[in-house]
Amino acid sequence: MLEIKCPYCGKRSQIEFSYGGDAKLERPKLGTEVSDSEWNEFVYYRNNPRGEHLELWHHISGCRQWFKVFRNTATHEILSTSKIDEKIK
Amino acid sequence: MSQKYRLNNIGYINRNKKISFSFNKKRYFGYEGDTLASALLANGVHLVGRSFKYHRPRGFLGSGVDEPNAKVQLNKGPKTEPNISATEIELVEGLEATSQNCWPSVFFDIGAINNFLNKFFPAGFYYKTFMWPKNFWYRIYEPIIRKAAGLGVAPLKPDPDRYEHKYEHCDVLVVGSGPSGLASSLAAAKNGAKVILAEDKPRFGGSLLVDEVTIGNKKGKEWSDEVITELKSMPNVIVKNRSQVFGYYDHNMMVMFERVKDHLQNPKKYTPRQRLWYIRAKETIICTGSIERPLVFGNNDRPGIMLASAAKEYIKLYGVLIGKKPIIFTNNDSAYDTAIEFKKNGVSPLIIDTRKEVNNPIIKEAISLNIEIKFNHGIANTKGYRKIKSAIIGNFNDDKSGYENLKEISCDCICVSGSWTPTVHLSSQSGNKLKYNENVDAFIPHQSRQNETTLGSAKGTFTLKKVLDDGFKEGFQLSNKITNKNVEIKVPNSNEKNYKEHEKLWCMPLPKNKEYKRFVDFQNDVAVSDIELALREGFRSIEHVKRYTTLGMATDQGKTSNLNGLQLVSNIEKKVVPEVGHTTFRPPYTSVTIGTIVGREVGKHYRPTRKSPMHEWHKKNNAIFVDAGLWLRPRYYKKNNENLLQASIREAANVRKNVGVCDVTSLGKIDIKGPDSAELLNRVYTNAWLKLPIGKSRYGVMLREDGIVFDDGTTTRISENHFHMTTTTAQAVNVLSHLEYYLQVVWPELDVNVISSTEEWAGAAIAGPNSRNLLGRLFPNIDVSNDKLPFMGYKEADLFGVPSRIFRISFSGELAYEINVGSSYGNFMWEKIIELGKDLKIQPYGTEALSTLRIEMGHVAGSEIDGRVIASDLSLDGMLSKKKDFVGKRSLNREAFLNTKREKIVGLVPLDKKSMIPEGSHLVENYKAPLPNPKLGHVSASCWSVEYDNPFSLAILKDGKNMIGKNLYAVSPLKNTNIEVEVVSSHYVDPKGERVRS
Ligand SMILES: [Zn+2]
Repeated sequence: MLEIKCPYCGKRSQIEFSYGGDAKLERPKLGTEVSDSEWNEFVYYRNNPRGEHLELWHHISGCRQWFKVFRNTATHEILSTSKIDEKIK
Repeated sequence: MSQKYRLNNIGYINRNKKISFSFNKKRYFGYEGDTLASALLANGVHLVGRSFKYHRPRGFLGSGVDEPNAKVQLNKGPKTEPNISATEIELVEGLEATSQNCWPSVFFDIGAINNFLNKFFPAGFYYKTFMWPKNFWYRIYEPIIRKAAGLGVAPLKPDPDRYEHKYEHCDVLVVGSGPSGLASSLAAAKNGAKVILAEDKPRFGGSLLVDEVTIGNKKGKEWSDEVITELKSMPNVIVKNRSQVFGYYDHNMMVMFERVKDHLQNPKKYTPRQRLWYIRAKETIICTGSIERPLVFGNNDRPGIMLASAAKEYIKLYGVLIGKKPIIFTNNDSAYDTAIEFKKNGVSPLIIDTRKEVNNPIIKEAISLNIEIKFNHGIANTKGYRKIKSAIIGNFNDDKSGYENLKEISCDCICVSGSWTPTVHLSSQSGNKLKYNENVDAFIPHQSRQNETTLGSAKGTFTLKKVLDDGFKEGFQLSNKITNKNVEIKVPNSNEKNYKEHEKLWCMPLPKNKEYKRFVDFQNDVAVSDIELALREGFRSIEHVKRYTTLGMATDQGKTSNLNGLQLVSNIEKKVVPEVGHTTFRPPYTSVTIGTIVGREVGKHYRPTRKSPMHEWHKKNNAIFVDAGLWLRPRYYKKNNENLLQASIREAANVRKNVGVCDVTSLGKIDIKGPDSAELLNRVYTNAWLKLPIGKSRYGVMLREDGIVFDDGTTTRISENHFHMTTTTAQAVNVLSHLEYYLQVVWPELDVNVISSTEEWAGAAIAGPNSRNLLGRLFPNIDVSNDKLPFMGYKEADLFGVPSRIFRISFSGELAYEINVGSSYGNFMWEKIIELGKDLKIQPYGTEALSTLRIEMGHVAGSEIDGRVIASDLSLDGMLSKKKDFVGKRSLNREAFLNTKREKIVGLVPLDKKSMIPEGSHLVENYKAPLPNPKLGHVSASCWSVEYDNPFSLAILKDGKNMIGKNLYAVSPLKNTNIEVEVVSSHYVDPKGERVRS
């Protein structure tokens, strides 16, 4: 079980969190023209890298904040965690 | 009955406390402190089981977790437990154990015929033999194999024992209490670290219990006892025996299995049987020691052939001689200790040493004790069916490929030793890359990936002095990193025997023209010939050889067989072992009961139960409850002998005719505050929200980004910047996460806060033509007329002093209101409603009547919003704003979503007006049509319409709107029904919605 450092609460076990996917994904702005392929990319296509991955986690059994986790998917090493509006260290 | 093999002056058993037990229904006795294995051996019992494939008689190979053979079935009835190592079972009064994998008995086993047919059971025999004809597998081969093979029998009844979980954090976790573990624990603890020391055996000390060594001028065991006493007295140390750390997971998370109850003579009623510990350690020190490696020779699996270290342990811990005419067969010095122990206890052993004449100190000691040694000899074969009777030994020829002068020597046991294999399982699980060490001839930890340090013989360090030096040093240094303290203790002096190198010979040659089975993996009956065959057939990767031969795949996970297997592959392939590599070590290190893994999460403890504040009232009024997610909700209130259908019809009809009250507390509620609240709703709901007036509710539908309907509910504007959202019971948690995601990640510019308020409010829906009258009585101070509190209106009011919220919303399709009060007033509200509604003929109604009412009104719920439908499928097209963008809108012009023949919601009425249509039935044109009969749709929800007094169902039907008026069949192969139905509008009752506005 991973130990994840919530930027608000500190280190907690993985059971307190839920995974939220690729943190680099950007939702197209509401009310703008979006092509089929762009929308397709946004809704369905995800990278599945072996190695470093910037991802979202949600501290559902804690402060209920979404935040970013920079994690190695092969080793599970967590390189850093940060608040949504922070640059990854 | 006397114990022929028990010594009377050695060991740590309590000879004053006799314990009786039974094995294969025969009664024996042992002493307190015995294991089942030591007690059986004291009674001269060696034959304990039959092997897996050939059903060969088997005895004990080891004395601990490494035991591959002596697996027994423990106890009877619901407490029975299969595949337990007799070497690990502590004896308690009345213990009952039986052999497994034999029928009709361990002495005469029909399956042993496989032994004589073994030409038909080579490696991979399952894959080869039973391939065809295909359908024979299910009908013939599989059932027969199941009966003949297989290990123990699983219990058929629920486990009556209690199991617990525990979570712990520490600075340093030390696994194993041998010299390394004791030294490092003591050093770390003295330096202020929070330490957990875990020992899997009942006794602490590891090798110090059996080795002739001194530490600080004390005997090894004495020193060990003192250290344990000191550690136990320290407040920063947890010392645990009978506790096996079996898994090393990510981020230094260890899982440990503690045996709490089974060894107790008189356990308390609530003592858990076993406990699972989750331990997060800043540093882990692995001191798991090493396991002796067997030698491989002809018929090396007979009962009475045992590891030399195990034989020594039986003498020194339990005072049990495993035989009185022993042969010690070794390629190294350490087994000489076993010979010396025999000799000291009055038994003369014969040592067979594969090495040419060597002159090490321990050999001199053996010679001085007049122990006979045959150098440069090997055992070619053994005899004795149920117990070893003799060994065929011979002088090796020059290149040790064969023998000269074979001769038979009688014996009653053989103690084998092929040097030592470090127990690297946990280190490897931690991600440590292992490296082959030529001196030890085994893999040892090399490069840590986590905060893991392996010490002692687990790392290939076999001298006590170095073990102690390393232990104290690492214990200090690792704790220093955490505590920043500098309390260092002096390493005590020590004294030990000096062992020299082993010979790199493990597999004995066969005599000319002989084909004796030489076993490598005892539990899975994998012999040298099987490994040779696998390689001849082209399997090269060690992982493939393992799977093809099943080497190391039994419940002991190859603790004694892996390296001998690797060595053989490397010999045959003419490679060195490091090139062959090792197979993966995976948790658990030893078998763990399912009960421990499940812990207390059984029955009602499996998940939390949520109850409304009115729960006790429901119970008192004969409510029959149903699980709704985590909630317990009244399904119906039973009167007299009513069944579910009768009660729900009565309750629903009373709503339509008079007034009913339903507990809606479980409905998800989210409190939304902030200047951008309306903007948030406008983005996540499909309809418009910006202009919703204060004091009004509105129905809303939410989509996922892929366009599928996510949830629906009503949201009310309490004040300019304050909204109260409701969600379905099932999606409450997900909707909150959804809103938080958009607010925190996608639109951080919106100034809104959301919080779940589900449990803040108790909710009661009052529905039916009399509901306004009732509302007036509950709130005499406000005007409840249609003008002042219209449909979708909202008011705050005072319920006899209790602040309340009144929403004029309706799920039942009747004139209805929902009243919310603070949870602690829920019961007060409910009782007031019942009291004041009495003469209005109020009745409580449960979820079944609630469903009936919503189904015949055509209101959708979870059975329609099933994660596959879009808004137009549910005839909710009108909810989709054309003027604004919203979450999921861009997906709605996908080709498949624009198809006009998509499935749509419709109603169904059976032509006979009698048959209830099973939910889940498929709709087809002709139920007699040949398969595959095209499916046109499915029935999502069914009820007995109280309005029309006949069955009615909702269905999702292809091209539904154009099918209205047509007849179809609803077929349910599960219920074995074919019902002819007419397709009608989903709005079966009050299609214009006049009642809710009345
Ligand atoms: Zn947090």
